[in-house]
Amino acid sequence: MIHASSPAHPAPVETTTGLNNRKLLMWIFLGSDCMFFGSLIATYLLYRGKSLVGPYAHEVFNIPYTSISAFVLLMSSLTMVLALSAIHRGDMRGLKVWLLATALLGTVFVGGQYFEFTTFVNEGLTLKTNLFGTTLFVLTGFHGAHVTVGIIILLSFYLVAARGRLKPEQHLNIELAGLYWHFVDVVWIVIFTVVYLTETPNIVT
Amino acid sequence: MAAVSGALPRWLQRPTTYSGLWGWVVTVDHKRIGVMYGVTAFAFFLVGGIEAVTMRLQLATPANTLVNPDTFSQLFSMHALTMIFLAIMPLSAAFFNIIIPLQIGARDVAFPRLNALSYWVFLFGGLLLNAGWLFGRSPGAGWFAYSNLTSGPFSPGSGMDYYVLGLLVLGTASMAAGFNFVVTIINMRAPGMTLMRMPLFTWMTLVTSFLLVLAMPVITVALIELGFDRFAGTNFFRPEGGGDPILWQHLFWVFGHPEVYILILPAMGIVSEVLPTFSRKPLFGYPVVVLSGVFIGFMGWAVWSHHMFTVGLGPIANATFAITTMFIALPTGVKVFSWIATMWGGSIEFKTAMLFAIGFIVLFIIGGLSGVSHASPPADAQQQDTYYIVAHIHYVLFGGSIFGLFSGMYYWFPKATGHLLHEGLGKLHFWLAFIGMNITFAPMHWLGLDGMPRRIYTYNSNMGWDFWNLVATAGSLLIAVSTLVFLWNVFTTMRKEKDAPADPWDGRTLEWSISSPPPIYNFRTIPNVYARDAFWHQKYVEGSDGRPRPVPTGGATAHSEGHEAAESPHDIHMPGLSYFPIILALGLALTAAGIMIHLAVVAAGVLITFFGIYGWAFEPADPE
Ligand SMILES: [Cu+2]
Repeated sequence: MIHASSPAHPAPVETTTGLNNRKLLMWIFLGSDCMFFGSLIATYLLYRGKSLVGPYAHEVFNIPYTSISAFVLLMSSLTMVLALSAIHRGDMRGLKVWLLATALLGTVFVGGQYFEFTTFVNEGLTLKTNLFGTTLFVLTGFHGAHVTVGIIILLSFYLVAARGRLKPEQHLNIELAGLYWHFVDVVWIVIFTVVYLTETPNIVT
Repeated sequence: MAAVSGALPRWLQRPTTYSGLWGWVVTVDHKRIGVMYGVTAFAFFLVGGIEAVTMRLQLATPANTLVNPDTFSQLFSMHALTMIFLAIMPLSAAFFNIIIPLQIGARDVAFPRLNALSYWVFLFGGLLLNAGWLFGRSPGAGWFAYSNLTSGPFSPGSGMDYYVLGLLVLGTASMAAGFNFVVTIINMRAPGMTLMRMPLFTWMTLVTSFLLVLAMPVITVALIELGFDRFAGTNFFRPEGGGDPILWQHLFWVFGHPEVYILILPAMGIVSEVLPTFSRKPLFGYPVVVLSGVFIGFMGWAVWSHHMFTVGLGPIANATFAITTMFIALPTGVKVFSWIATMWGGSIEFKTAMLFAIGFIVLFIIGGLSGVSHASPPADAQQQDTYYIVAHIHYVLFGGSIFGLFSGMYYWFPKATGHLLHEGLGKLHFWLAFIGMNITFAPMHWLGLDGMPRRIYTYNSNMGWDFWNLVATAGSLLIAVSTLVFLWNVFTTMRKEKDAPADPWDGRTLEWSISSPPPIYNFRTIPNVYARDAFWHQKYVEGSDGRPRPVPTGGATAHSEGHEAAESPHDIHMPGLSYFPIILALGLALTAAGIMIHLAVVAAGVLITFFGIYGWAFEPADPE
């Protein structure tokens, strides 16, 4: 087979648009993911207030609690930006600190979600109880899964950086992880607004 | 994620073999992946064909008992699923793979390993979807799987589980392919190939890829919800828990109508390449054909409820969707006129590829007209769930998509393999398929208008449906014979010496400028593109009479500049081979299958998936 004689890192291929292939891929993936969350949110909205039995949204939601965890997740977008700016400056120590901080804030959010789910279950709301339980757990659960994947990506980069194997020239990796992370945050803003802040009374009783 | 430099453990090193079976397993070459797509998809096409012929044999005579109603339900469900997800879509993907990089003057796709991953995930997903024939039972609720036929009490056993998990896996493969080809077409074009100089097939692939990327997530969510209902007892589509079965229909058709264009646009792209080549004229109205393709891509999202006219959504919804549906016939009609005008006044050469392209136009017009007839809700209320609909979809999907794909097979076979298919056998294949197709599906129009419902496993002789059903069955056997002729043609051709010249049809686009089959790096020098139909303009100039004249050999051609700078093949950098696409695909498929089998299998699948992802991320760019 044909291969270059030596370079492990071939010169970056020039693209037609000038946009890096992987960055374009990430944007298109996020567009696709919009359709994914869009369909889940549409399902939630269609079934909102149509549960046959309780518990209903207003009986189990703890808005202040969830607001705090939403705030934690939003702050993680800030630390993500700081991580990217650190690697752009070549500050690998800063990169590691902020990567870890972002992953930590994400973990607090997911932990908070786990605790919230447990509370709901204790109050009698499960996947099977009613439409509210079904749609709530599946929608927020898939968002939580996205955050978890993000945490794994961030920790992986942290480990690679900690072993000194991430070079400042490879900042695109952090940029792409950041794109994903911010997207997942934005999706939470939508879910938080739609699910928690604009809950409607149940109309089927 | 990037390859990370440094000393690497042995298992992370890239494979170096390119020969033998193993070379195919670890390949990332778009041409080889395309061939694997083509062969696998054609095998599934034969499976779907056997299912179809079995159903026709059952329906040949009234009160027949060849198969029982339960088997019949599984047959028609799996026939549709196989033909749509395992034959037409991957056959189109085979052409995307083999042709797109060649048409845009690239050395490979943007993400070669992702491309290999798409193929392996498709293969495993196809096997999972078909596993019901061997283990348990196959899905039997139609390819649309209307709720609540699909919930536990109405679909006991494993049938719908294979549906949910098989389609989820296949959807992943389609999305991965969609991502890859969007990026490839947007970002990997040769210098000078602007959007409006792209070959029509490349254009239609771009639109199809966008549809894949945006439509598959919708069916993914629908399948996840159905999966939760079946595996976790949730209420999404269960009326007894407050769920609304109509939600499934909406989600399914929001995906399902764009899916229709995913099935037909690649064939339209192929025909738009074949007709100009064999008419020796440029495509008539190129910008209009491109724009109508893009317009179809957008409008395809605004018509889904025409599949639900009889659900009772109300007059306003029905009227709206009737209007949008009739409207979307316009860009399709524009394309048909452009194809006819392309042939008009051309010096037409009736090669097999051209015959299939013309057959496509004829049959697609018939299917399109019957389609417009059920764009009207009152007419649709009569036709709904009758054989009229079966006739319609087979005119557009068999007469349309499959004829278009066969046209592409005869057209590009020499480019992909170096072998020219036999023209005589090809023409026999065409005429048998064309006549067989009309004998099979034309009578279904009358049967449907006479009230024969779809999906019934038998009928009484006093209904007056005996004669045309027997005719349709005879036609289906003719189609089967035509397919055997094609297989024989491929088989005998492949045993002969490679005899295909680089440019057997006097082609117009860049893939004909390189040898057949192309070298692994495709283009020794990346070409510069100065016009639409780039290769044609390298070969011909317009004479004073307005007719094309060959460029004198050795004559100055600005178009072949850069030859001095041709790279030595040994300096061309090609992506390294990789084990990880197949490992990752195996992990994903195992995770899905495990949901049916045991939690331990899921755990194993997830572990393999992680191993695949990390190996993928950390393997070096080249063998060391
Ligand atoms: Cu439709």
